[in-house]
Amino acid sequence: MSDASLILLAMALPLFFAGAIALTGSNRNLRDSVMVGSTLILFATVLSLLPSVNAGGRPSVALFDIMPGLTLGFSIEPLGMIFALVASGLWVLTSLYGIGYMRGAKEKHQTRFFACFSIAIFAALGVAFAENMFTLFIFYEVLSLSTYPLVAHKGNEEAKRGARIYLGILLGTSIGLMLPAMLVTWYMAGTLTFQPGGILQDKVSRSVGAILLILYMFGIGKAALMPFHRWLPSAMVAPTPVSALLHAVAVVKAGVFTVLKVAVYLFGLDYLQSLWSADFVMWVAAFTLLSASIVALQKTNLKARLAYSTISQLAYIVLGAMLANELAIVGGGLHIVMHAFGKITLFFCAGAIYVAAHKTEISQMDGLGRKMPITMFAFLLGALSVIGAPPLGGFWSKWHLMLGAVDAQQQIMIAVFLLSTLLNIAYLLPPVIRAFLLPPPKDDHDDHGDKHAPHGVGHRFGLAEAPLFCLVPLCLTAIGTVLLFFFVDPIRGLIQSVFTGVM
Amino acid sequence: MTLLGLYNYWIFILLLVVGLYAVLVKGNYVKRMIGLGIFQSAVFLLYITMDKVEGGTGPIMQGVPVPGQIYANPIPQVLILTAIVVGIAVTALGLALAIRIREEYGSIEESDIRRLDHES
Amino acid sequence: MTLTEQFPVLVVVLPLFVAPLLALLASRGNLPWLVATVTSALTFAMAIALAAQVMQTGVIYYELGNWPVPFGIGLTIGPLSAMMLMIISGASTVALVAGRESMNAEVGKAHQALLYSCWLLAMTGLLGITVTGDAFNIFVFMEISSLASYVMVANGPKRQALTASFKYLVTGTLGATFYLIGVGYLYMMTGTLNIADMAVRLADVSDTLPVMIAGGFVILGVALKAALFPMHAWMPNAYQRAPTPVAIFFAACATKVALFVMLRFQYELLLPNLGPQAAFLSSWLIPLCVGGFLVGSAVAMFERDLKRMLGYSSVAQLGYIVLGISLANSAGVTAAMIHFFNHALIKAALFVAVAGMVLRFGSSNIEQLAGVGKRMPWTTLGFVLAGVSLIGVPLTAGFISKWYLIQAVLELGGLGILLTILILVSSLMAVVYIWKVVEVAYFKEPIDGQSMVGVRETPMPLLVVLWVLVLANIWFGIDPSIPITLAEQEAAGFFGGTR
Repeated sequence: MSDASLILLAMALPLFFAGAIALTGSNRNLRDSVMVGSTLILFATVLSLLPSVNAGGRPSVALFDIMPGLTLGFSIEPLGMIFALVASGLWVLTSLYGIGYMRGAKEKHQTRFFACFSIAIFAALGVAFAENMFTLFIFYEVLSLSTYPLVAHKGNEEAKRGARIYLGILLGTSIGLMLPAMLVTWYMAGTLTFQPGGILQDKVSRSVGAILLILYMFGIGKAALMPFHRWLPSAMVAPTPVSALLHAVAVVKAGVFTVLKVAVYLFGLDYLQSLWSADFVMWVAAFTLLSASIVALQKTNLKARLAYSTISQLAYIVLGAMLANELAIVGGGLHIVMHAFGKITLFFCAGAIYVAAHKTEISQMDGLGRKMPITMFAFLLGALSVIGAPPLGGFWSKWHLMLGAVDAQQQIMIAVFLLSTLLNIAYLLPPVIRAFLLPPPKDDHDDHGDKHAPHGVGHRFGLAEAPLFCLVPLCLTAIGTVLLFFFVDPIRGLIQSVFTGVM
Repeated sequence: MTLLGLYNYWIFILLLVVGLYAVLVKGNYVKRMIGLGIFQSAVFLLYITMDKVEGGTGPIMQGVPVPGQIYANPIPQVLILTAIVVGIAVTALGLALAIRIREEYGSIEESDIRRLDHES
Repeated sequence: MTLTEQFPVLVVVLPLFVAPLLALLASRGNLPWLVATVTSALTFAMAIALAAQVMQTGVIYYELGNWPVPFGIGLTIGPLSAMMLMIISGASTVALVAGRESMNAEVGKAHQALLYSCWLLAMTGLLGITVTGDAFNIFVFMEISSLASYVMVANGPKRQALTASFKYLVTGTLGATFYLIGVGYLYMMTGTLNIADMAVRLADVSDTLPVMIAGGFVILGVALKAALFPMHAWMPNAYQRAPTPVAIFFAACATKVALFVMLRFQYELLLPNLGPQAAFLSSWLIPLCVGGFLVGSAVAMFERDLKRMLGYSSVAQLGYIVLGISLANSAGVTAAMIHFFNHALIKAALFVAVAGMVLRFGSSNIEQLAGVGKRMPWTTLGFVLAGVSLIGVPLTAGFISKWYLIQAVLELGGLGILLTILILVSSLMAVVYIWKVVEVAYFKEPIDGQSMVGVRETPMPLLVVLWVLVLANIWFGIDPSIPITLAEQEAAGFFGGTR
């Protein structure tokens, strides 16, 4: 199969499967098998595109012109390939987890849930493969709209409010900031196609370019740069698989991916370095980094803490993009992968804790390690990866980002990174430590809970782990964070080919 | 052309403004229709007077054409006939509406109707 | 003399002749509706044929009764006229097909023959305005359609329809009369009523005061008819109180025809000949447009009645169109024409969905429509998708219009940036009021005291029409080549081609 048809197949599959899921909704097992099967087929399809990109090729297909000069087209370059692989790969695990979670927590409207999931992945792949900013914008908006029903899933007042903030901020930033930036870019540069070295270099003056940068960076609301970060904690009203999808697989990754694409392929690194607003955004990112970590420290709800941690981690990538050198971009790209695996592990664990033990607050998690050792150990691995400690994958991305800071002569950013690492330790490790080292609270109604909770793994051994469908994915992602430490070279090489390869 | 010689335009403006005032300010629906009628008459007068030609006559040939005879253009009169008919239809419709409003509300004063709508 | 050669005049004459015949029919069963719908559909077919012909061979000229222009009345069908013909007859057909049951419920069967007869007359008038090449003829057709519209609005289910119709009558007549004054002055100065002829003759008298006054009166009159801010108050009122099928028809096309007249006068007569003064007039229009789309969207956010909310939304959308017209550049007028087409699709879809909801729930008050998403999932989904097009999300028709409009606005430089921001602000306001409906529809339970027993999905014809419109929205969001071609052809004609 030619590369072009593979791309189209990869795009069409999630849509097709969304329909299939909707149709098989009445038979739960059939539907869930369709769901899992579709994720595997999709991952295989995306994977088959990897060899071409690795070899330096840029598989592409142009569909048609929507308006004169504005094509709906796809062209895969290394960053997009990585994002697509992360998205489709983790989607396999998220859907498995989702099946377990939704059944375990007895959530309603599961068919609608999984169908929207598929459409969200379709949109994420569209963003990953986009050949030009116009196509990216289209799929970016489809992603916002298709995840709205997921965030509002529970249907109660709280969910409605959270979903409203979610959509309000995302649509507000994209229509209010990103769209005008795109329109001005199109007007002045005459094209919106991504090209290495950027398209603005000679067409747009530095002063206009600086304003454009600000519009783009704040307009990419999915990257949760302050002050447009509120949607992330608000989206925590959604069931945990949605949070996992949002934080690790699709939504925020689409945001920072867009940031990287805009920086590298619209602005171009040289042009970017010369803009004063790049420094400004860098400082905003640094501020976001630190203040989100401080807020995370104060949160007692596990998911809320993880949400603010994500805001902080995303700012790493934006900071890297603004440092505008090769090392920093490599660091940013690596962080997409590392953070995805680390964060998804943490969210899977949070969800497992809710399903198995019905706990959401960190204070309730004392002594949980006795009942759920596997989960808590996976949590530990995920936490260490996010903290950036070797031998977990997160180390590499932080390393490259810090090297990038040196290269850009922004040594102060190294201090920012180090401070943030300390804060990460301060808010990620205590839950683990308390789970393993402290005794459970006196009024723990564990036995009560067990009667209602589904029989999780290890029931026989006195453990109360979550069901298998939940446990296996989180173990796999945790192992992934370890493996990524050792097998980082292919990924790093792929990102570096952005700068050496030809388009 | 002296200022006073343009008297037809002055009358046109006067009627226009009077009509407009009645339409916008009066609260009684029938008075509004009257205002509308005055307003429209102003325009009719404009058209009719605009095509008056000194010494002009209707463009009808009777036998041999007289040299030097001035004919007045009949087109504005034609246009205005159409507009008058339209005006009649509008007035009829407006008054019919006023009658129906009276049937439904018991009054044709704007303030009464507003009050009744608020209460219901 | 083939039939197709007569299409330019047939497209107006057919509904004109059927209307009195329809009035004579007894209001028996669905017969009046059937006659009206068939006529409308035939007219639509003719409009499509004309549009195809125009796209291939260019402007069509037709002389009524073979009297040579400028002694007789000539019909001129250019790309924009062809587009408008399709919009008007299409909107009429759509509203008739979708609205049969709504009409039965809201108006009752007693006087339907007369009502549908008025419908056809209104359609005649609107179609006539778009094909004629004579300025006074425009006035005649304008009044034909307006009088019929006043009657149609007055037939709404509640008594407020009468006052709404009266206010509409007064405003409309004022507008038409101002237009008449303008045409009178133009005739005084040029001696002709044929627009093409006038354009030529205006060149000689272009800087005289009467001509400038005439321009002002014409634009003012048309602005009143088009519900341009701040003379917009009659429109949301009329749309709310009229029977819903009537609202579908009017929302999709009635005010646009007035804007069509504005466009023609502006670009064929005023701008080429008056130059700087016309540009000055344009610059006056721009703040009004901005007021229109900001105020329209803002008020829509707080409206409690769905039809009224959509009426204010229309005020905003028409503001966009007039903004495009007033920019006095080729890109602006192209954007305006594209939005003629797209907005018709969007508003028709929205009002058809509302018709379904009103039919089943008995009210168009937003709070009363709680839970409509559960009871009528397909209708509500159609509404949401049309709403998304209204907001201007990519892959929908509304996005194409916004893109073109902002590209046109950016040509103004600094002012353009400000206008862009304001346009996008009003888009965000559209998000607010559409989402208000989404939340009530999907997240609220149906209120107690409402008999939910009979509430089921809308009748098939309405649902089919709704989804055809929604899919058209998406189609033209992905492949807008037809409206773009027609718009650009027309713009080229204005700015340097021959006409």
